[in-house]
Amino acid sequence: MLHIVNKSPTERSALASCLAHARKGGAVLLIEDAVYAATKGSAAQASVERALRELPVYALGPDLDARGMGASVIDGVKVVDYGGFVDLVIEHRTSQSWL
Amino acid sequence: MNIGLLINEGPYSHQAADSAWQFAKAALARGHRIQRVFFYNDGVHNATKLTEPPQDDRHIVNRWSRLAEEHGTDLVVCVAAGLRRGLVEENLAPGFRISGLGQLVEAGIESDRLVVFGD
Amino acid sequence: MTQVAEDIEREAGAEAVVKKFMFVNRKAPHGTIYALEGLEVVLISAAFDQDVSLAFLDDGVYQLLKGQETKAIGVKNFSPTYRALEGYDVEKLYVERESLEARGISEQQLLVAVQVVSAGEMAELMEQQDVIISS
Repeated sequence: MLHIVNKSPTERSALASCLAHARKGGAVLLIEDAVYAATKGSAAQASVERALRELPVYALGPDLDARGMGASVIDGVKVVDYGGFVDLVIEHRTSQSWL
Repeated sequence: MNIGLLINEGPYSHQAADSAWQFAKAALARGHRIQRVFFYNDGVHNATKLTEPPQDDRHIVNRWSRLAEEHGTDLVVCVAAGLRRGLVEENLAPGFRISGLGQLVEAGIESDRLVVFGD
Repeated sequence: MTQVAEDIEREAGAEAVVKKFMFVNRKAPHGTIYALEGLEVVLISAAFDQDVSLAFLDDGVYQLLKGQETKAIGVKNFSPTYRALEGYDVEKLYVERESLEARGISEQQLLVAVQVVSAGEMAELMEQQDVIISS
């Protein structure tokens, strides 16, 4: 399953809740304000790194760039564009948006 | 593949409508089909032809209309959510149609994937 | 096979599509419209003979609290509708135990019979779905 998160980890609990339910075989995609979670020094860095041991974590490049965070991505997080977003949706049988 | 989209937020206030449109463009460019875009909650405001953003801003409503025109994408606005918010046939932008919530369930049944954009 | 027979067969095949739909509720009622309009989708989905379930986790568990009294804020109290779901053959209501505990809520405070599951079980249920609609 593809888990899509769009909330900043310091504003809402969506990412924490998502990571508590995401499992091996799935993937997490951070878009919109959730891309802050994919950046070095964020309060969510440790939990994102923990998640990376179990499953891939992606961040949407255009959203990172828009927020001036394109050069601060945590090692191991893969940056994708909208085409990559589409590919992830196709690759996984279902998606869940953690709104 | 056939992909359905659900949009739960209005334009400009939230990035959801922008993300969904970018997603739709990328999916079409990769040869997929956007089976339907369903507008729910405040998402119904994506469909009003009264929208007039400043000239230097993107026109979110026209972007959807163009998607319908160029790719035949089915843009469906929930009738109940629309009525609640004053979105009726008379102020509907080209390419959109108003219908029931059943169209969302149907998109879930008929599409290979359903992606939700909201807040 | 005749064209008519083929059409009938195709029609039957189309009707037989039953997908597992899960409606995920993670938001409290009244502060925003998501819980109410989410419930409206659930009621419509019942007419499509799909395998429908509802998940309540995080602040979504507040939707099911007994004793909601909305008169003084002037908005519709839609909480009794959860009790009507059974009449629509929507009987799979899953509530996450960890979410209840984090909010000091017991199962006895809920207004409808539910199945309380762990976060792990909830994750498993989510994995089994064909369509997940969150609001």
